[in-house]
This record gives sequence, C-alpha cells and structure tokens, in this order.
Amino acid sequence: MVYAIEARSTRKVYGSGSFAVTALDNVSIAIRKGEFFTLLGPSGCGKTTLLRMIAGFETPTSGQILLNGQDISTQPPNQRPINTVFQSYALFPHLSVRENVGFGLKMKGRPDAQIAGTVERVLSLVKLEAMADRKPQQLSGGQQQRVALARALAPEPEVLLLDEPLSALDLKLRKEMQVELKRLQLELGITFIFVTHDQEEALTMSDRIGVMSAGHLLQVGPPREIYNRPVNRFVADFIGETNFIPATIAGGVATVAGGARLAVATDAPTGDHTIAVRPEHVRIGAEGDGALPATVGESVYFGTDSHVHLTLADGTAIVARQQSDATGAGVLAEGSRVGVSFADGSVQVLED
Amino acid sequence: MSKAEDKAARTETRSTWLLSAPALVLLLFAASGPLIIMLVYSFLTPGKYGNVIWEFSPDAWIGTILSRDIFDGTYSLADAHLTIFWRSVQLSLLTTLFTFLVGFPTAWFIATRTARTRALLLFLITIPFWTNLLIRTIAINQIIRNEGLLNTALLSLGVIDEPLVIIYTNVAVFIGMTYVYLPLMVLPLFAAIDRFDMRLLEAAYDLYASRWQVLRRVILPIVKPGVIAGSILVFIPALGAYVTPRILGGGRNMMIGNFIELQFGQGRNWPLGAALSVLLLVIVTVALMFYVRAATRSDSNG
Ligand SMILES: Nc1ncnc2c1ncn2[C@@H]1O[C@H](COP(=O)(O)OP(=O)(O)OP(=O)(O)O)[C@@H](O)[C@H]1O
Ligand SMILES: [Mg+2]
Repeated sequence: MVYAIEARSTRKVYGSGSFAVTALDNVSIAIRKGEFFTLLGPSGCGKTTLLRMIAGFETPTSGQILLNGQDISTQPPNQRPINTVFQSYALFPHLSVRENVGFGLKMKGRPDAQIAGTVERVLSLVKLEAMADRKPQQLSGGQQQRVALARALAPEPEVLLLDEPLSALDLKLRKEMQVELKRLQLELGITFIFVTHDQEEALTMSDRIGVMSAGHLLQVGPPREIYNRPVNRFVADFIGETNFIPATIAGGVATVAGGARLAVATDAPTGDHTIAVRPEHVRIGAEGDGALPATVGESVYFGTDSHVHLTLADGTAIVARQQSDATGAGVLAEGSRVGVSFADGSVQVLED
Repeated sequence: MSKAEDKAARTETRSTWLLSAPALVLLLFAASGPLIIMLVYSFLTPGKYGNVIWEFSPDAWIGTILSRDIFDGTYSLADAHLTIFWRSVQLSLLTTLFTFLVGFPTAWFIATRTARTRALLLFLITIPFWTNLLIRTIAINQIIRNEGLLNTALLSLGVIDEPLVIIYTNVAVFIGMTYVYLPLMVLPLFAAIDRFDMRLLEAAYDLYASRWQVLRRVILPIVKPGVIAGSILVFIPALGAYVTPRILGGGRNMMIGNFIELQFGQGRNWPLGAALSVLLLVIVTVALMFYVRAATRSDSNG
C-alpha cells in the first residue's frame, strides 16, 4: 500500500555538541490517503518538529520523509504539494482575505480567472464570502482561523498540516470549528495531519491518533483502541482518566491486593504489573461476592455524573464515575464500606 | 457623548495644544520665518555688492530658467541652470536607489541577528555621524583622487596602467553621497524589517512562492513604510547637497546647493539665490507628494 505520508526512522537533532536537543527519536509512521490523522502529545514532545519536517521547513537529521512513496526529505516547501495551517495563522497583513486565499494559486502561476473561481468556492466552503475584501486585522480570531484554513486549502494540496489550529479559540468556537474541520475533511477527501495536545479533540475528530512523548511515537491507532487498549502507563494516563492498580498476572487472571481476582486478556504478560481501569467502568456494589472491598471517600458532582473517590484495601486510591440521578438518593455516604467490580473486558494490563 | 466626557475631551485637546505650543512657536519662527524672507527676497532687485534693494522685480524668477541675452535682450532657456537641475535630480535619484540596493540587505542582516550583535551593528552604523561631514568627505577625496589610496593601490598591483580619474566627476559625487546618506537609508529600513513577522516567510514559502516572489510579494510590500521613509531621508538632503559636490565634484560639477551658494557669494545675486531655494523646495514637495501617493496606491491594489 502506498501511504500519503510516511516517516521512516526519522530523527531530528537541533543544535550540536552539548547544546544538542533530540526533538524526534527514530519516529516511523505511515499515514493513509484521505485519513484524518492526529498527533497527540504533551508540550515539547516533538509534534511541531515532525510537522515541519513533513512541510519541508526542517530536514531530518537521519531517516526519510515520503510522499506517495517518494522520498521528499530534501525537497523545499514550495515544491511539496503540502500546505500548512499555522498555529499563529501567519496571514499576510497587506493582502485582503481574497488575496490571502488566492496567494498559493497565484504563486503557482494559475490564470486569474481560475484563481478567482477557486477562491470564491473555498471562501464559501469556510463561510467567509462576506469578508472577502477585508484585511486580516479586521477579522475576529475565529474568522482569521478560517482564512488560514481556506488559504491552505485553495491550492488543493494532497496533504494538509494543521498545527494546533484551534488552540487560540474559545471553547464554544473550538467545538464549532472541530465539527467544521471534520466536515471539510470528509467533503474534500484530503489527508489531514492534525496536531493537538487536547485529548478530547483528538478522540472526537480523528480516524487514527499517534500518541507522542519526548520525541518518541508510543502508540498509533483509532481513537477507541487508543482509549481502551493503551499500550503503556503514559498513554493510559495522557488519554482520559485512568485508575492504576498494582496486580499479579498469571494465566489471564489478575490478582489484586485483598485477593480479588479479575479476568484479563489471556495473552497479557505475566508477573507483577499495573492494571488500568477507566473510572466509568468501575461499578460500586455491596461488599463480598468476589468484589474488591473499598471505603467511600469524597464524591464530586459534575452535573451529568459524579466522581466517587474510593480507597482499596491496600490503600490504592481509585475513582469511579457514576451517572447522576435526579433526586440525589444514590449518593454514597463518606466512610461507608462497599464492594468494587469492573465492567467486562475493561481491565487492561500495562507493560510498563 | 455625555457632558462629562465632552468636557474631558475638550480639556485634553486644550492641554495637548498647550504642551505643543513651544514646539509650534519654534517651528513658526525657525522654519516659516526664513522661508518668508526667502520668498520676499526672491521678488526684489539685487544690490551691487550683494544684499538686496527694496524694489520689486520679477527678474530673479525669470532668471531661474531663462537667460537674457545681454546684447539684444531676448530670452532663451538657461541651459546651464537646467543642466545643474538635471544633474542634481539624477544624482539624487541614483543615490537613493543605490543606498536602497545596498541598505536593504544590510538592514535585513542586522535585523535578523541576535539582540546583542544587532545593538553592536546599529552602533557601528551610526559611528560616521560622530565625525564632521567635511572631514569624512575630504577623507573620501583622499581615497579616490588621482594620487590617492585607491589609485596607488591599483597601480602598484598592476591592475591599471594609469590612474582612474574619479575625482571631480559625477561618479565621485555619487560615491560620496552614497557613503554619506547610507545610514539614513539603513536605519528606517531596519526599523521596518525589525517589525516584520518572519513567520510570514514560511507561510509564503509553504504556498509555493519562490525566493524572489517572497521578497517581491511579501517582504517589500510589508516593509514599504521603511522604504518610503528611507528614500525621503536620502533624496531630500541629497538634492540639496552642498559639501559633497563641492569637495568631490570640483567647481564644474555643481549641484543646486552649490549653485544657490554661488548666488549669495561671488554671484552677488541674492534674489536669484532666493528664487532658486524656493524652487528647490517646491520641486521637492511636489516630487514627494507624487512619490508617496504612487507608493500608497500600489499598496492598496496589491
Ligand atoms: N529550532 C529549535 N532549536 C532547538 N531546539 C528546538 C527547536 N525547535 C524545537 N526545539 C526543541 O525540540 C523539542 C520539540 O519541540 P516541538 O516544537 O516539536 O514540540 P511540540 O510537541 O510541538 O510542543 P508544543 O505542544 O509546545 O508546541 C523541544 O524540546 C524544543 O525545545
Ligand atoms: Mg508545537
């Protein structure tokens, strides 16, 4: 299969000698055509660096970047059919919205009539027809964001790179733009490589997610897989909330403190490991009957649900998420003793 | 607008005027005063030993572009004057263009250094201002004259067989003016480039622009205010230059400035000198108006 974008053992080291910073360490990734791929990771993990290498602003220290199976590692940005939506938007302040959007096509030497038509179409795609003659400074943050998007889309790139394009927007606008971006991507069928450090954004929008940490790519997969089957503690912790419980695993059974036995995948590694369970998979019931004994702590009300803090027999603190009821009758008294169990198939064994 | 706001606005206007009063008074006397004197003098009759006689005469103004035949009293175009005007305009334009061509890369280089290097380089740029213009010009004279540094070096290296005649030519004046006015171009260009958002370069480069297109379509339009300011700062003093053409151009390669000085000195024709000064001012003002208008217009249609 030919991938839209591939990185092969790509390394990037900034500076040299004692100032050397390894921003990316042997990252290999394959992104399919027409995919909405998200790079997710904490600040400084190398997301921008990877994106800049795909765009052509940085050359890999070693390894390759491929576009449609062809090595483009040394091609300059203006020869790559790849466009970027910059985090700072970087709109041209001396050009109108229309001219900004038409810039790429003009530089490609397209005839004026064709440029005008395409610009009109793209502007209507991002619903900015009415602003076409304004200068970027006369637009709101959200509108500028859409101009940046339109400008990158107008030359019809094969791959669109988006570096935290929504981070400057307020929550409501961000949600709107998330929906809009996803709609555009489905409509145009362009490969999107999207960078964010917002895990919720990644989960709602992506076909696949690549989780990064400190220059390494830890796990690549669809949102459900990343969320439900995190490969290690970092991924489990970074994506959503997770309870970590020490356990001894043997033959598909995890034994936790207090002797309770939990079913886990039969191919799970054996020995002393940590198991991970999402708060929404924690069930609180009566003591006994194979359940883990626990003491109820504080309950925090969040509207649609509450977080109930619990302490297991060995002192491990875990959180259960419970749906709120209308009357508040189900609220557990602090200090009461309960039995905790986990939903079928929800217990993950982490390798590290 | 409420009453209170209205009053506050008025108080502010008044205090603004009061605060700028000293400057306004100074400008009124120091700038318009001499100008009015010049204008009045240009319509008077020249005195025999300089100065003026208080008698109205349009001769000075006619004399700026026409010359009167002493024998039959007919008027013809004053070729000598026009040549001087033309040379002045030509040399000033050339100086402006050349200081821009040299100054732009320099300013770009400085603006893209680290804060410390940048401060040092800017300091170096301003060093020539510490030395008297006369001395600097004479120094250039020493370098380019026939037996000067340049010719001696080239001769002894065997590059040339006889000295290059640069001194007392238009080229010498051009070299001198470029040297003298270069900082005036670099500083406003630097200020403009310093404010330029370098991320726009990547954006343009990402959108298929070549290096030349990035310069032409993004950098130049955005730093244009600096280009305009630099051009004005170079062109105006260059057009009125006096010391440089005097020392490097010799007696024959006069510019307007020298020609005006001549009228107040040996020429003993103060009204003509005054008329020429006013004319120079008018030329500069009109030229600037056209330049600024043309520059801002091409901005609005991309
Ligand atoms: N030009 C550079 N010179 C030196 N080090 C750099 C440079 N650019 C990035 N780095 C370093 O490389 C690492 C990765 O940076 P990068 O910008 O790729 O992170 P990021 O994942 O995009 O972070 P953020 O979410 O904060 O944008 C960081 O440690 C950073 O300090
Ligand atoms: Mg980044």
